[in-house]
Amino acid sequence: MQLDTKIPGGPLTEKWDRHRFELKLVNPANKRKFDVIVVGTGLAGGSASASLAELGYNVKTFCIQDSPRRAHSIAAQGGINAAKNYKNEGDSIWRLFYDTIKGGDFRAREANVYRLAQVSNNIIDQCVAQGVPFARDYGGLLANRSFGGAQVARTFYARGQTGQQLLLGAYSALMRQVADGQVTLFPRRELLDIVVVNGQARGIVARNLVTGEIETHSAHAVVLSTGGYGNIYFLSTNAMGCNVSAIFKAYKKGAGFANPCFTQIHPTCVPVHGTYQSKLTLMSESLRNDGRVWVPKNPGDKRPPRQIPESERDYYLERKYPSFGNLVPRDVASRNSKHQCDQGKGVGDTGLAVFLDFADAIKCDGKDLIEQKYGNLFSMYEKITAEDPYETPMMIYPAVHYTMGGLYVDYNLMSTIDGLFVLGEANFSDHGANRLGASALMQGLADGYFIIPYTIGGYLAGTPLSEINTSHQAFVDTALIAKERISKLLSVNGNRTVDYYHRKLGLIMWEYCGMTRNDHGLVTARKMIQELREEFWENVIVPGINLNFNQSLERAGRVADFLEFGELMIIDALARKESCGCHFNEAFQTEENEAKRDDDHFKYVATWEFKGDELEPVLHKEQLAFENVELTQRSYK
Amino acid sequence: MIKTINLTLKIWRQETSGAKGQLETYHASNISTDMSFLEMIDTINEQLTLDGKDPIAFDHDCREGICGMCGAVVNGRPHGPEKGTTLCQLHMRHFSDGDTVVVEPWRSRAFPVIKDLAVDRSAMDQIIQAGGYISVNTGGAPEANTIPIPQDTAEMAMDAAACIGCGACVASCPNASAMLFTGAKISHLALLPQGKPEAARRALAMVSKMDGLGFGNCTNERECEAECPKEISITNIARLNREFIKAGFFSSIM
Repeated sequence: MQLDTKIPGGPLTEKWDRHRFELKLVNPANKRKFDVIVVGTGLAGGSASASLAELGYNVKTFCIQDSPRRAHSIAAQGGINAAKNYKNEGDSIWRLFYDTIKGGDFRAREANVYRLAQVSNNIIDQCVAQGVPFARDYGGLLANRSFGGAQVARTFYARGQTGQQLLLGAYSALMRQVADGQVTLFPRRELLDIVVVNGQARGIVARNLVTGEIETHSAHAVVLSTGGYGNIYFLSTNAMGCNVSAIFKAYKKGAGFANPCFTQIHPTCVPVHGTYQSKLTLMSESLRNDGRVWVPKNPGDKRPPRQIPESERDYYLERKYPSFGNLVPRDVASRNSKHQCDQGKGVGDTGLAVFLDFADAIKCDGKDLIEQKYGNLFSMYEKITAEDPYETPMMIYPAVHYTMGGLYVDYNLMSTIDGLFVLGEANFSDHGANRLGASALMQGLADGYFIIPYTIGGYLAGTPLSEINTSHQAFVDTALIAKERISKLLSVNGNRTVDYYHRKLGLIMWEYCGMTRNDHGLVTARKMIQELREEFWENVIVPGINLNFNQSLERAGRVADFLEFGELMIIDALARKESCGCHFNEAFQTEENEAKRDDDHFKYVATWEFKGDELEPVLHKEQLAFENVELTQRSYK
Repeated sequence: MIKTINLTLKIWRQETSGAKGQLETYHASNISTDMSFLEMIDTINEQLTLDGKDPIAFDHDCREGICGMCGAVVNGRPHGPEKGTTLCQLHMRHFSDGDTVVVEPWRSRAFPVIKDLAVDRSAMDQIIQAGGYISVNTGGAPEANTIPIPQDTAEMAMDAAACIGCGACVASCPNASAMLFTGAKISHLALLPQGKPEAARRALAMVSKMDGLGFGNCTNERECEAECPKEISITNIARLNREFIKAGFFSSIM
C-alpha cells in the first residue's frame, strides 16, 4: 500500500483553485456514459447523489432505511459552521481553518481543512436556496450563535433541528433527481461487500432487506458515505442502524483504515439508567453556556442536590479551568466527569452522572429567558427522565458520539482502492483527533456538494475503465462469499442473542478503549474481544431465514464486523504512544492531567492495511506537515 | 427506586406482505417504567429469540424522535397515548401495572405491511418526488443574505418543515389522507420566497400524485393534528387548499 496524499502544490490558499483547474473534465455529453454508485444518504451521500446526478452521471443510490430522509445526520441538533463573518467579529476562512486544526489537536491535514473552510460559505448559500429554514434575526437576515466554545458566532441553525433541515434539503434535491430518472433509488438495501476488478472498485453486493435477495450492482466508481462506527460501544448517541460494515468490508478489500481509535465522547448526554437500555440521548452542548457542572465534595453524598449546601459542592470545571470554566472542549469536559465519578463523587442511582445546574442562570436571567433558550431540551430531558430541570439539576454523563477515524482518503477523497471514494464521517480527513461542534454537518455537505463532483470527474476522465457488468466473475464470487457468510450466521444456532454479544463488546470497548486508555487495559481488551468473537461464532442464535425481512440477521452481520473491527481500534490505540485530542493514554499526560502530544514521533495519520484474518495489520504513516500553523499545546486554564 | 410493571400485549403478527395476519398475546413482566416502548419490545424479542421463536419486526432507528422511522398504533392511537411524542420517546411510566396494550401497524391502503409492525411508506417519497423541492442545482445559489425573510415567515416555514415523515397522520385519519404530510411540505416551500416560482406547479403535481397513490381526502376530522408527534398544525392543510385552488384558477399551469 502506497499512501499518496495528492495534495496540490502552491500556497495553501490557492491549492483548491489550482487543483480544480488541473483536474481533467468529463465532456458533458459523456457524463451519461458513467454509472456511479453512492451508498448512504446522509448529508454526504444525499448531497453527492443529487450533485452528481445534476451533472449528468447515472447515479444509483442505496440506503439502509426505508427512505433516504432518515439517515442519522437528521439527529444533529446544534448547527453548521461557516466563515461568513456576518457578525463582524473578525471571522474568516483562515480563522475557521485554524480553529479546526487546533481543535483537532494537530492531527488533521492542513490542505483538506483549509478547503473545508473555503467551501463552508457556499454550503450556506446552497442550503438557503433549497429552502432550508435557518433561524433569522428580526431584520430577516440569517442568525448566528456561538457554539462549542468558539470565540466567534459562526454557527447557523434551525432551532434544535439543524441536521434534520439540512438533510431534508439534500433529500429534496435527491428526490428531484429521482423524479428526473437521473438517480435510481434502492432503499432498504445493506451493503455486504465491494467488488474490485483489476484493482478498481466497480460495484457492490447488497442485500435487499425486505426480500433477503442478494443483489449485485456494477458502476464505474463507488462512493461510500456510510457514516461512523460509534455503535461499536453498543450504547451511543448513534441511531440503532449505524455500523462499520461498509467501510470495514472496504478495508478488508484493500482500503487503508486511518486513525480508527479516534472516538469522540460527548460530555452532555442523559446518563445510562438500566441494563435494558438501547441507546443514549445527547443534550446539546449549548447547555454548558448557562449550566454549571458540579458534584458533591464528599464521595458517597446521596442527599438530594438542593439539600447539599454550596460549601459542600465542587464546581470542578470552574475550579480547574478558571478562564474557560464550563465551556472547555468536549474531550476535556468528558474526562473530568469520569474522573469525578471514579472518585466516588458521581450522583444519581448509578453513581455515573454529574449535575448540570441551571439554578444560578434562572436566578440571574429569569426562567423565561432560560426557557426560551433551552425549552425544547428541557422538555426532552423531562420526557426521558421524568425530572424537571427547572426545579432540580440535570444529571449528565459522557456518551460516544462521533468517530473521527475512518477510511484513508487522499485530497480527492479517494481511498487506497482506485475508484472507491469516501465522504463524510466515513472518512478520516478533516477533524484530526477531536471534532469541534457544528463541524460534522459542514464536512458532510462540503464533501457531497462541492468536492466529489469535481474529483470524481478527474478520476473518470483520466482512468482507463474496461466495460464490465455484473456477470463478471468478480461479482459472482463476491456474492457467493456474502451468501456463505449469511448461511454461516444462520446455522450456528447457539443459545445467546446477537444483542448479548453486542452489549458485552460495548462494555469492553467503553472500559478499555473509551475516554481514557492504558497499555495494560488495551492488551487485556484485545484478548477479551478475541474470546468473545470466538464464542459468538459458536454460540450465537440468529432466528429466521435469509429470504425474508429478518432484522436479527441484519444485526448479526453488523455485530460480527464490530467484533473484528474492535481489535483494529485497540491495535491503533496501542500503537499511538502519545495522547492527543480524544485519544487519552494515561501514560502520556501533562502535570495538569491534559493530553500530552508527542509531535516528534506521532505527528502522522496512522493508516492500517489488512493482511489477512490471522495476520497483524500493517501500519503506514502519512507524516503531517504543518506549514501554516504553529504547533501548540492546547491550554484552557 | 426502580418501578416495574406487568403487561399483557396483543401484537399484530404478519409473516409477509401477502400473508394473513392476526393479533397474538404476549406477557411482559418486570418492565421498568423507565424503559421506552421500543425497549419493552426489545425485551420481548430477546425472550422470543431465546425461545426459538420469531421476534417481532418493527422499524426504528434514531430512538430520539427525529428520524420518523418508528411508529405503531398503540391502543388505537398512532405513537401511543402521549401528545407530541414518537413511539421511541414514549416511556412505560405512562402505563399501569396490569394494563392490556394492543399494538398494530399503521393502517392505510397506501402503506402495505412488510412484516408484523413494519410497513412500506415509499408512497410518501413519491409525493415529494412529484414536487416537494426547489429546483436549484448545486453551485448556482446566490449569496445567502441576498433575500431577507421576515422572522415570522421563517418561523412559520420551520413549523411546517419540522414534519418527520413518519406517517402517523395517515394512520390516524379515517380516510387515510396524507393531506397533513403534503400540506406541511407545500406550506414550508410556499411560505419562502425561494419556493414561490414553482408554487403553483408544485401544488398541482403533489396533490395529483397523492390522490393517485390511494390516499383519501381530508374531511376535517383533525385526528392528524392531534396525533402528529411534531404537532404540525392543520392550518397547513388550509394553506395546501389555498395553494391548490390558486394554482388551479389563477396560474397558467394546467
